Amino acid sequence: MQTTEVSNLKAPPSPQAAERDILSVEGLSLSFGGVKALQHVSFNVKEGSVTSVIGPNGAGKTSLFNSISGFYTPNEGNVNFLGKNVNKVAPPDRAEMGMARTFQNIALFKGMTVLDNIKLGRHAHLKTNLLEALCYFGPARRTEEALRKEVEERIIDFLEIDHIRNSSVASLSYGLQKRVELARALAMQPKILLLDEPVAGMNREETEDMARFILDVKEEWGVTVLMVEHDMGLVMDISDHVVCINFGQVITEGLPHDVQAHPDVISAYLGSGDVATLRKKFKAGR
Amino acid sequence: MDWLFFSEIGLAGIGTGGLYAVAGLAFVLIYKATRVVNMAMGELLMAGAYIFIGFSAGLALPVWISIPLTILATGLLGGVIERTIIRPMLGENAISIFMVTIGLGSVLVGLVEIFWGADPHRLVDFIPSDPIFIGEAYLSPKVGYGFAVAAVIIGLFLVVFRTWRGGVALRATAGDQAAAYSMGINVPKVFSLVWVIAAMIAAIGGILVGSIGGVSPSMGVYGLSVLVVVIIGGLDSLLGALIAGIFVGLIETYAGAYLGGEYKMLATFSLLVLILVVRPYGLFGTHEIERL
Repeated sequence: MQTTEVSNLKAPPSPQAAERDILSVEGLSLSFGGVKALQHVSFNVKEGSVTSVIGPNGAGKTSLFNSISGFYTPNEGNVNFLGKNVNKVAPPDRAEMGMARTFQNIALFKGMTVLDNIKLGRHAHLKTNLLEALCYFGPARRTEEALRKEVEERIIDFLEIDHIRNSSVASLSYGLQKRVELARALAMQPKILLLDEPVAGMNREETEDMARFILDVKEEWGVTVLMVEHDMGLVMDISDHVVCINFGQVITEGLPHDVQAHPDVISAYLGSGDVATLRKKFKAGR
Repeated sequence: MDWLFFSEIGLAGIGTGGLYAVAGLAFVLIYKATRVVNMAMGELLMAGAYIFIGFSAGLALPVWISIPLTILATGLLGGVIERTIIRPMLGENAISIFMVTIGLGSVLVGLVEIFWGADPHRLVDFIPSDPIFIGEAYLSPKVGYGFAVAAVIIGLFLVVFRTWRGGVALRATAGDQAAAYSMGINVPKVFSLVWVIAAMIAAIGGILVGSIGGVSPSMGVYGLSVLVVVIIGGLDSLLGALIAGIFVGLIETYAGAYLGGEYKMLATFSLLVLILVVRPYGLFGTHEIERL
């Protein structure tokens, strides 16, 4: 188990009372041929919280993410976002509703600069038509200037990427690319941010920076965060709620330290006995 | 050396090249956005030319109505092709899609032969026939006007591509489909749009090429030269298609004039081999750098 300590960060106070659920997943099942990637997965994400999904490799975390953001169509179950069932809503429209995501394998527009990448995040919200854009006049100019201002003042300064704003993203280090991806997601003005392994492959310092950004996103921007992460130190430090899945099923969920202490989570991660015993245990139905 | 002759051939070459550039533009557009190598590009050009015959000769409509109608109809054809043939192939192996477009080419040839027969046709003459002189050099009016139209189309396209939000969506889709999709860009719509626009450009190319050399169902062979153009320019570079179009047009015309018509293809394909050896990703194509 990785144990990066992010000790200089205080875990936030437990979520401000139980408000409404911004996202709820009900009985989600997904299979690829005979492989059952997800089986009746249900959990809720409270508005204004940091919720983490953990689980060993191949547990179905990314499948879950792809189902929530609409890239995969689940065989069964519902995804409700902002109180609305979004099963039939295509990813671009989910983006417009306020769902932003990052990818496990960085998905940036390689030929473009950092600034252009970030500005593209606002695409879904822009309404300028062709004629206005051609003349670069009136609304087109105003939106472009407002966008530039906001991107520069809020996002670029906030994420401390001012020095690389005009660099081509392909030339950046892995950690910085991840940060640009976060910046682009923030430019989408999301209500919920889905982060797929935000600190994978980062060193300790970069991980600490990212942890700080995620907490600030939650506290200063008021954006709910749902993330998939392997770095247990990070998960335990900044999460309000942790959901552990294995073999496509929710093993347990709750407060970070409760989940951490749960025997099934320990066995899933450290492997008490072999995988076959564990599988038998699931088949028997706990 | 006869410099007048040399410059006349050069002008004709640039004219031919302009048409290559237009066809190359349509090709690159589809490749850039959808990563489909469309082997039916030449046939799409041909279909456009025949649709023009249908409107201008078949229905005897005036040319100035036939042209926009042809562009719209061919655009519609492109949209239908994307929706019914290409879309279901999404996510399949690139070679499979490539093969499908070859099949599509044959189908288009077959359809054209059913309606218009296999004999060559001439398009209605609508391009002014007064000879053009640039300095002392003579330029065939058809090639000259063809080039002018091609230049306008390309210029218009580039302006729109750079300023319009759809152009941004297109560039984003070309960059990373998954990321574009998650950011509110309707990627399937971009795919359809790209095929519609490419087909419209192909229709214009078809009308221009057809009015210079006539049309026949085997006009799709033109697509081979276009393939050379886009490979030399770099498959995903719009600028590359334009420059390589002119370049190939010049080489081909010079080879035809000084070596003889049978050396035209030899010259262009030798050029292709040479470029591929020196720069396998084309003159302006993206050279993907893998971080290991």
